Amino acid sequence: MFTPHTETEKKEMLNAIGVQKLADLFQDVPAKYRFPHLNLPDPLTEMEVAAEVGHFASANESTRDLVSFLGAGAYHHYIPAAVDSLLRRGEFFTAYTPYQPEISQGTLQAIFEYQSLIAALTGMDVSNASHYDGATAAAEAVIMAYHNFRGKRPRMVLSPSLNPQYRATLRTYTQGYNLDLVGDGKDADLFAGPDGLISLIDNNTALVMVQYPDFFGRVYDYTQLAKKAHEMGALVCVAINPTALGLFKSPGEMGADIVIGEGQPLGIPLSFGGPYLGIFAVRKEFARKISGRLVGESVDSRGNRAFVLTLTAREQHIRREKASSNICSNQGLMALASTIYMSLLGKQGFRQMAELCYHKAHYAAEKLAAIPGYSLCFNSIYFHEFVVCCPKPVAEINEHLLEHGIIGGFDLSEEYPSLPNHMLLAVTEMNSREEIDLLCEVLAEVSHE
Amino acid sequence: MSEKTIFELSSPGRQGVRFPAPDVTPAELPDESLIRADLPLPELAEVDVIRHFTALSKLNYCVDSGLYPLGSCTMKYNPRINEDMARLPGFAFTHPLQPIETIQGSLALMFQMQEWLKEISGFEGVTLEPAAGAQGELVGVLIIRAYHQSRGDTKRTKILIPDSAHGTNPATSAMSGFEVLPVPSDARGNVDLEALKAVCDDTLAGLMLTNPNTLGLFDEHVLELIDIVHKAGGLVYGDGANLNAIMGVVRPGDLGIDVMHFNLHKTFSTPHGGGGPGSGPVGVAKHLVDFLPDPVVGIIEDATEEMPPLYGFVTPAKTIGRIKSFAGHFGVIVRAYTYVLMHGAEGLRDISEMAVLNANYLLSKIRHAYTLPYNRTCMHEFVLEGVWPDVADVHALDIAKRLMDYDYHPPTNYFPLIVHEALMIEPTETESKQTLDAFAETLLKIAEEAHTTPELLKEAPHKTPIGRVDEVRAARDLVLCCWIPEEPVK
Repeated sequence: MFTPHTETEKKEMLNAIGVQKLADLFQDVPAKYRFPHLNLPDPLTEMEVAAEVGHFASANESTRDLVSFLGAGAYHHYIPAAVDSLLRRGEFFTAYTPYQPEISQGTLQAIFEYQSLIAALTGMDVSNASHYDGATAAAEAVIMAYHNFRGKRPRMVLSPSLNPQYRATLRTYTQGYNLDLVGDGKDADLFAGPDGLISLIDNNTALVMVQYPDFFGRVYDYTQLAKKAHEMGALVCVAINPTALGLFKSPGEMGADIVIGEGQPLGIPLSFGGPYLGIFAVRKEFARKISGRLVGESVDSRGNRAFVLTLTAREQHIRREKASSNICSNQGLMALASTIYMSLLGKQGFRQMAELCYHKAHYAAEKLAAIPGYSLCFNSIYFHEFVVCCPKPVAEINEHLLEHGIIGGFDLSEEYPSLPNHMLLAVTEMNSREEIDLLCEVLAEVSHE
Repeated sequence: MSEKTIFELSSPGRQGVRFPAPDVTPAELPDESLIRADLPLPELAEVDVIRHFTALSKLNYCVDSGLYPLGSCTMKYNPRINEDMARLPGFAFTHPLQPIETIQGSLALMFQMQEWLKEISGFEGVTLEPAAGAQGELVGVLIIRAYHQSRGDTKRTKILIPDSAHGTNPATSAMSGFEVLPVPSDARGNVDLEALKAVCDDTLAGLMLTNPNTLGLFDEHVLELIDIVHKAGGLVYGDGANLNAIMGVVRPGDLGIDVMHFNLHKTFSTPHGGGGPGSGPVGVAKHLVDFLPDPVVGIIEDATEEMPPLYGFVTPAKTIGRIKSFAGHFGVIVRAYTYVLMHGAEGLRDISEMAVLNANYLLSKIRHAYTLPYNRTCMHEFVLEGVWPDVADVHALDIAKRLMDYDYHPPTNYFPLIVHEALMIEPTETESKQTLDAFAETLLKIAEEAHTTPELLKEAPHKTPIGRVDEVRAARDLVLCCWIPEEPVK
């Protein structure tokens, strides 16, 4: 379809090679299995494909068709038109990894700016060029901490209010390690906050990992926790939602050693779960221990500022089996999207957007809590997500909401059996007051039925 | 000349995007000890942002500008229809945790893609979850580990990796808790079977095979090799990064390979995006289906006369667990789906045939001027030595840099490690005979320059936006951010 060869050219090329026919090029393939019949649909033209794939897209009901209060790790935000307009430049999206700096300064400088913006947002010194997503960044943080202590501190203290998918992912990643993962058992006290973790930190602890705002939307100051962890010689990793950092103090100010997070809210579409962006930033003493790509500033042979991939000696293609991670890509285009997004919003826009989320979420939470049968589960400071205790199982309520064109919140009962009938709702700048009022109206109906 | 950074372009008071005033009564903000005093982001107008990134984009080489012969990377043309499809609102604005009845379109597409990848590769099960090839490898090796453990076979701690395998393989095995042992190649570039037999024992967990390998050669004893590993109780991992050579030509599953990853961003034309996102689905043979990561897409209610099937997420019985958030790089999967739909069986075979034709044709045009370490029919790529005995001072790197002066992206160089001064060239199937002829001429001209005016190569590139970069300085005086960090706040 996209091969430009004419029949005449094919013949000329085969002649130049010195073979009769195409099949002659595949003599090394075992004859028994050569040229199998593949049972695939007949090829379609572009026009037909557009219609066919369009059918699948229209079979979905998106956040454009429905009102959504679903977050739990992926968020519906406004993406300025300029973001995608720039992403669609072939110079960006059809380029490879910038291994050749002379002809890749565009990608390299954009990543350098991404690293700088993430450092600014998180209050850290160094950001890498990104990991796959928040969950894999969490796994890489655990592995980094493990190697930081040369495997001698096997304990990792995990907050029970760290995203369940992050905790599952880091467990899968580290099954070949002999780790002692504690803190997030089914019996963990979900109301204890950061203080509940302090007693678990011992001198075998490499890392304490918490989320900010946590999975339930709560905002805690982790300064004391970080202090206690450091006293025991452990590192502290804070998993962030970048949106919240437009309003709340940065994890760097609280003493975090590692900051990871899901960068999707920074101008990346929901896209049914991916591709997203794994934020990974550290204090400068860990710069050489970070896994994944890094771009550094240098000079070229003509004396000008130039950017280049650096510290590559840590990476899998050089260090091979001694590398701490096998990652060999970054989320290049997603990192670029977030760079453009943060540049467009800037100091003021980012704060405005974060405050909008905060105000609307608080309006919604207060109004919901006033409906008979509903109450807020936690009595903590929260940002744009909160947990509501409902009069009925969440699955049942969500079915009812959907009939009114509303995607309800995340049902916590499966991940947290101690929170039956608990719904995690997210409110962003995309939710209007009318939508929130409609949600409350329908929820009030449900409780009467 | 260099483009200012986004921070240098900042002008206090500017703002590129504005948001509406709150339509609710503003809530009280929490105590100021929790509130951020300063958000040190730059301040620009929208036009500043557009011009800045447009200027940056012009400093990039890309597939749209020309041939990108990076061996092992499969830098083929990225069809534009893929981009439109991934951005359809029904896909782009769908939350991954929505009720399944509202996302049947996405799930059906994913299910179909799993089925197609099974058909193309000859496997029994496929997961679309891995984010990239390297993560697919990790999944594959963790599956091998889980398989042996499920049988109580815990002494299998060793993974064999041929020296012609991809560079990520050793790191993946080590990351999964295995000991890594290399296996040498023979004089024809195949895995050395005698050396292989010597290290196959009951501690063998598996072997990671790249076939065609990084020399661009299809192993002539692949069936025997797989049999040796299986007889020792090991499993064979197939690195699918080179699948572009063999679609419709041979199915890795038919050869007896147990588990393999696909690179949708190589074989299936999804863009590389300047380093990502990729997508690395994994296919497995029947005995490994239960170990696939959580979740896969399955049919949870069969179709009836009136209703299509209901698709949903399913957790495999002995799953290795979740490996990332949600269920894969869906936006990338849509692009790959679109690509397969445009090709069908014949089109996919045509891709591989033209990829192999192009590589062999290009090789035939330049082989007299370069040293070819393995004199065989190549697959979709080939490896040359970028060095001549009579001009000792010129290296593969110099050839690579000189190519930029002729507006080409250089080939992969210094890989694979088993070839001295390697230049690994993969033209891909989307290049025309005319493009290959022009590129061959340039390679011949550079070979001539190496002998007549070697300084042209040593000092190259001359015509690029910047000259060679001081990489030592970058690693020594680390500057990873627009400002030199102050002492971190305690």
